[in-house]
This record gives sequence, structure tokens and C-alpha cells, in this order.
Amino acid sequence: MDRIPILKMGPHLLVTIQVDMHDQLAMTLQEDLTTKIEKEKSRGVLLDISALEVVDSFIGRVIGNIALTSRILDAETVVVGMQPAVAITLVELGLSLQGVRTALNVERGMQILAQRVDAERGARKRPEVRGARND
Amino acid sequence: MHGTTERVPIRTPQDVVVVRQRARTLAAGQGLSLVDQTKVVTAASELARNTLEHGKGGEAVLETVENGTRRGVRLTFVDEGPGIPDVNAALRDGFTTGTGMGLGLPGARRLMNEFSIESTPGRGTRVMVARWK
Repeated sequence: MDRIPILKMGPHLLVTIQVDMHDQLAMTLQEDLTTKIEKEKSRGVLLDISALEVVDSFIGRVIGNIALTSRILDAETVVVGMQPAVAITLVELGLSLQGVRTALNVERGMQILAQRVDAERGARKRPEVRGARND
Repeated sequence: MHGTTERVPIRTPQDVVVVRQRARTLAAGQGLSLVDQTKVVTAASELARNTLEHGKGGEAVLETVENGTRRGVRLTFVDEGPGIPDVNAALRDGFTTGTGMGLGLPGARRLMNEFSIESTPGRGTRVMVARWK
């Protein structure tokens, strides 16, 4: 297997990592996701790492880069399902995943992404009422 | 009980994954907790990547160790690469010569109970780590 599948779910993308990724696979995922966010005009990325038994500094950096790159492309990334043992190890390793939004599970992650889309819809409606549309 | 020793060559990124898997099996077999297994595997991953990228490849020696009633695992990473000119600098958080974040060596040291490193410029590097149950 040389690619991790990226599923489209409405305005969001869902990635479930189910294999022990070697470094190149992680880099490929980062590139594929960036391309897909642009192509699908996605608003959010849900990265499910519940099956990952190890997050070392390299994989941690890739996760951070995915979050950063998607934000620049106006999509929010939420990392969900990190195993407690992985979280403990990451902190001891010295990696804080600063700036990466996390949630306990897929359900909560989807809520975060849905809230963002809803909030934007609400914000877009208000100027319309005053007749000041600018989109 | 006899100890086991396993040698894993490190030549490709996929070999780093193999080192992680073997280290997991060894640590689990020695009765380490899930958190400790994860620490061992994560340290193994950092050190195997160093061997591949900075040492230009080498090998990992994965062993079970026993000291009286204590059981644990010892991992040794050996390469014949360019070596590390300033080991003390390499052990500091954030020190990097490449594209990484400089957490490899200091991070692996924090995750393990024992850590030692020998490096000779032009000859290679040997890093030994151990974690006890």
C-alpha cells in the first residue's frame, strides 16, 4: 500500500490512518491532502489517528504541517482519536503539537468542523439582511 | 530463560517500520506496560531514522535483558556513517543539521531508562538504549 485514502464527506475530508506509516507514505499523504483541499474546496479535514500506535517526531511534524498547510488553504484540521499511550509518549518526547486542533473521537471532531461551517453560514447571512452582500 | 538477540538491517524507510514492529514485539514479550512499549517503540523509531539518514544506514540490535528479577529490552543502533562532531550539541533539544526538529536523540534519551552514545567522526555512531519493566 503506497497511499492513504482520503474520503470526501460534504464540505470536509476524512482521513483514517490504519497502517504503520513509513516516512514517505506520510509525506505523500501531506501532498495528497493539500491537493484535495484545493480541488474540493474543503472547509475541514478530520484526521483519525486512533489506529496509530506510534507517533514519533517525524509523523508528529507531518501532522503539524498538515494542520498548518490546510489552515493557509482556509480549511481547519482536527486530529482525533490519539491513543493515551501515544499522547504520554509525545509529551515526553518533547512534541506538543502546538496549533493542532484535537478532539477525543471522530464524533466530536465532526462537531467542531460542522460548527465552523455553521458559524460561517450565519456570518454570511447577516450582511445580506442589510443588503451589503460582498461575496 | 535465555535472552534473545535480533539484528535488523536499516537501509530503507520501510526498515524503520520493521524496527518499530520488532521492538514492539520484544517489549511486549518482556511484559512492559503499553505506555512503556510505546516509549520504547518511539525511541526505536527516532534512532533508526538517525541511523538511516545521518549514518547512511546500518543496523539495529534488539535484545532482551535481565538483571536479577528485572526484565527489559536493550536496543543498539550502529552505523559507519560520518559520525557526530559534537555529541553534546546533538543531545540538546532543537539541535538539527537536517530537516528534522532536533528531537531524535534528546527525545529518545528521555523515553528510555538508559542511554549511551559513542561517535567517532569519519567512523560512525553507536547508540545504546534500554528500558526496564
